[in-house]
Amino acid sequence: MNILSPEWTAVLYLIAAVCFILALKGLSSPKGARRGNLIGAAGALIAVATVFLSTRFENVPLILAAIAIGSAVAVPIARRVQMTQMPQLVAGFNGVGGGAAALVAVLELAHAEDPWIRLAIVFTMVIGAVSFAGSTVTVGKLQEVISTRPLIFPGMRWVMSIVVIATLVTSGFVIATGAWEWAIAVLLIGLVAGLLLVLPVGGADVPIVISLLNAFTGLAVAASGVVLGNILLVVAGTLVGASGTILTKAMASAMGRSVAGIIFGAFRGGSTAGSTEQSDRPVKSATTADVAVQLGYAQNVIIVPGYGLAVAQGQHTIAELATSLEARGVTVSFGIHPVAGRMPGHMNVLLAEANVPYESLKELEEINAEFKNADVVLVVGANDVVNPAAKTSPGSPIYGMPILEVGQAQQVVFLKRSMRPGFAGIENELLFDPKTTLLFGDAKDSLTQVLGAVKAL
Amino acid sequence: MDAATLLTVIVLAVFVGFEVVSKVTSKLHTPLMSGANAIHGIILVGAIIVAGQTTEPLLLTVALIAVVLATANLVGGFVVTDRMLEMFRGRKAKATPTNGDTA
Repeated sequence: MNILSPEWTAVLYLIAAVCFILALKGLSSPKGARRGNLIGAAGALIAVATVFLSTRFENVPLILAAIAIGSAVAVPIARRVQMTQMPQLVAGFNGVGGGAAALVAVLELAHAEDPWIRLAIVFTMVIGAVSFAGSTVTVGKLQEVISTRPLIFPGMRWVMSIVVIATLVTSGFVIATGAWEWAIAVLLIGLVAGLLLVLPVGGADVPIVISLLNAFTGLAVAASGVVLGNILLVVAGTLVGASGTILTKAMASAMGRSVAGIIFGAFRGGSTAGSTEQSDRPVKSATTADVAVQLGYAQNVIIVPGYGLAVAQGQHTIAELATSLEARGVTVSFGIHPVAGRMPGHMNVLLAEANVPYESLKELEEINAEFKNADVVLVVGANDVVNPAAKTSPGSPIYGMPILEVGQAQQVVFLKRSMRPGFAGIENELLFDPKTTLLFGDAKDSLTQVLGAVKAL
Repeated sequence: MDAATLLTVIVLAVFVGFEVVSKVTSKLHTPLMSGANAIHGIILVGAIIVAGQTTEPLLLTVALIAVVLATANLVGGFVVTDRMLEMFRGRKAKATPTNGDTA
């Protein structure tokens, strides 16, 4: 249809772009977050309606059918996915978006006479393909279909160099000739590059890579906007690219890592793998009854949940434990490290799902001021984020990472699977501290037993 | 669109993108990532444009695949973000009576 004039089309695209800005703005604060997301969805609806009304189209029924299929597949998954599987889902949606951008770019090649436009096409194809392949690998790693340990093979550095050169050469041919065959080659090499980029990344760094690939897809969408001469795609893609970059940096620094270190660390033979050696130094272990007494007769308890809790899916049990402690008059708060869970901010989502009040979830800086007033700190499935080595030993791989200073509390209880060091592969001195006791076992099982014992007090 | 306009738009969008997320609380990192992820699903507009311009069966098929993928990104992204944020908000309403009980 040709109902809308170019001027009205531009105005409606501008409104959609403003909606996206308001969406990102809203998502930055808990108050306006949900409304912000709905404004973003409204913007998307306006944009899609505008494109149908502003251009004379072929194949409208087929396109509507394709939209129906996409929605019919995505909505039930989005509705039903477990909150613990959120990182996989975000990575998956990101991958298909990158794939779509790459396909759009290939199809526009036939219309592109200008070499600058062909450059934008090649950029979109490469970044889109990297994002698609990379996201697929992250989904595999998060589902543990692919090993979460960094996958490296001898000579990988050389293979990567060859892939980079091949990308540049084939891209050059596409820009010079605009030929289909070369474009297909660029796409295939882009897919290989995506695999090689993400396979060497270790399990706990995967979330940072998801965020980075999210920013990549944003850039690919922006470049496709340049190709199609569509200003909305340029603005929306650039917004996501820029905000995604900031977010990636923020997450990486919360882990005390640099983005380059995460991506290239494994290539350099860095220690992202961590050691798996067990220490045989003596520790004080406790029984569930001991822990229940410590918690039940305390005044002020801080719970520090970590990756292990998310893996064991113990978020509901820990929320129940907090409720029954509060019923006994104990003040309970949660100290959440920015990277606790399986992706940054994930622990907040998991605890929110378990109905823990938002006000009880305290951020790093806020809770660090409160540890000295805590009678007991209960650390569940966390290790590196409470390891004092981050402050005290400059040689340590996690040195400089902001930590939760649980050592300031009167007593510390660790619920741990084993004495294996955490992801960073360094011993935690706090485990050997006289005021620390340990309860070994699966986080959820231990919590269930402690909960039962607290109720019996 | 001439190159100068394009450059202006891109540079301004970069600054807006930096600015809007610079103060985000780490509590909301996951929904923010998911929301930003949904926004780039707007590539659907691009996919619709290329699908609407071709009559060649192979090209049309590829374009329609792009429409399906982009829709999944856009619609799925907004739905799942809403689901997460609903929990953040809904809990407050439930939390109030609980606090009342203990007080």
